[in-house]
Amino acid sequence: MTKKYQSIINKAAPVISLTVIGLLWLTVSEGGLIPGYMLPSPVEVVKAFVNEIPILAEHSVVTLQEALYGLLLGTALGFVFAVLMDRFDFLYKALYPILVISQTIPTIAIAPVLVLWMGFSMAPKITLVVITTFFPITVSLLDGFKGVSEEEINLLRSMGAGKLKIFRHIKLPAAAEQFFSGLKVSASYAVVGAVISEWLGGFEGLGVYMTRVKKAYAFDKMFAVIILISAVSLLLMGAVALLKWLSMPHKRKRNN
Amino acid sequence: MSLLKAENITVSFEGTRIIEKVSLSLEEGETVSLLGVSGGGKTTLFNVLSGLYTPDEGRVYLDGEDITDKAGKISYMLQRDLLLPHKKVKDNVALPLIIRGINKKEARQKAEGYLEEFGLGDTGDKYPHQLSGGMRQRAAFLRTYLASDKVALLDEPFSALDNITKSAIHSWFLSVMSEIRLSALFVTHDIDEAVLLSDRIYLLTGKPGRITDEIIIDLPGEKKDRNPMSSEFIAYKKDIIEKIGVI
Repeated sequence: MTKKYQSIINKAAPVISLTVIGLLWLTVSEGGLIPGYMLPSPVEVVKAFVNEIPILAEHSVVTLQEALYGLLLGTALGFVFAVLMDRFDFLYKALYPILVISQTIPTIAIAPVLVLWMGFSMAPKITLVVITTFFPITVSLLDGFKGVSEEEINLLRSMGAGKLKIFRHIKLPAAAEQFFSGLKVSASYAVVGAVISEWLGGFEGLGVYMTRVKKAYAFDKMFAVIILISAVSLLLMGAVALLKWLSMPHKRKRNN
Repeated sequence: MSLLKAENITVSFEGTRIIEKVSLSLEEGETVSLLGVSGGGKTTLFNVLSGLYTPDEGRVYLDGEDITDKAGKISYMLQRDLLLPHKKVKDNVALPLIIRGINKKEARQKAEGYLEEFGLGDTGDKYPHQLSGGMRQRAAFLRTYLASDKVALLDEPFSALDNITKSAIHSWFLSVMSEIRLSALFVTHDIDEAVLLSDRIYLLTGKPGRITDEIIIDLPGEKKDRNPMSSEFIAYKKDIIEKIGVI
């Protein structure tokens, strides 16, 4: 009984906190505590969102395409890097510091350079998403691979398994959990990365829309697009969670 | 000719000699224990026998064939069951067959055929975390058997289990062993376990570890009838304790 009660509380907690924040926002903006040009009320934001749905949908398609292509390529690249770095210790030592340094360079600083090199097409945006998404994948996979104990590797060796079979039967499955954590982070980076790259050059996409409404001081639309971007990111993260659920049935049973 | 024969195995690690001139043999259908204190080099010896480590000196022969440095010839079971959490029990058990290149369906069928005999009846479709410690060791033992039905090296396979489970698994082990005619070399530091399960016992003592004695257990009746409280059983224990020179 207490367990059930606890479970209801756990599920209700985020709903309650979000409702409280929403109500607070509604009160301060509708009550005139903060002027509308500084913080539009949620009602205005919803109105703006509904009115702009056709335009937002068009821009979303572009941003989502960039985010998804970038995420797919970033994941593939991250996977290849992780596998090679795990296999060849020299590569690990040589590349790991460079990877870490690459992540300290602000995305916003690389974006204009990429536009300069590749123009205003989708290519620089996808490239930026690749740069931001592959790192969490590489690091999480590497951690997963390295987490396999020598005992486990020896067990498979004693069965006559070579490096490929050890990778296929132990290392890869052992890294699955970390991989999905990394993919979740990357999925959230992907949308934000695509939006940032659109700020700095382009003709369509949610980032372009955002710069336009910002310049027009249409903050209701600005908030509407922010919420949409969050929603899209959450959806992508949800898709990752679903993928994890589908591909790790042994974890599924444990939770039940 | 012995089924498994190790001759003058010597291993050093970072300048320290771990085991020195260890020779032993295992006949078909025998269970032989290697008894000694922890850290005495038993696991090192097993790594050599299973082909995972190359010894500084000495050779290992299986059926007369030199298998020194060749992994995959004899199977190895460790204290931790090391069942892969993402595979169902039947797939864990079938793993050595799959690694040998047998297709998944066939390997699975063969593994499932043994579940009943090894007391794992309806566990095939379960995941390892759904099994008790004793059942997990049974599954690990079946996996070991499917890795090699000739010789198995068992490295303290039951030492992590509680006493009650351990006693039950000893009876189970003896009954399975009498069915499958597997030859087993058994590492343990539990004297009771060694006397209970073995045909012979090697004592591995000293630093570096050497085989200092070989004791043949000749108790009346079958192994499953051995009684740890009987005077003969206790006499063997006393003898071993004196020879090991500890306690």
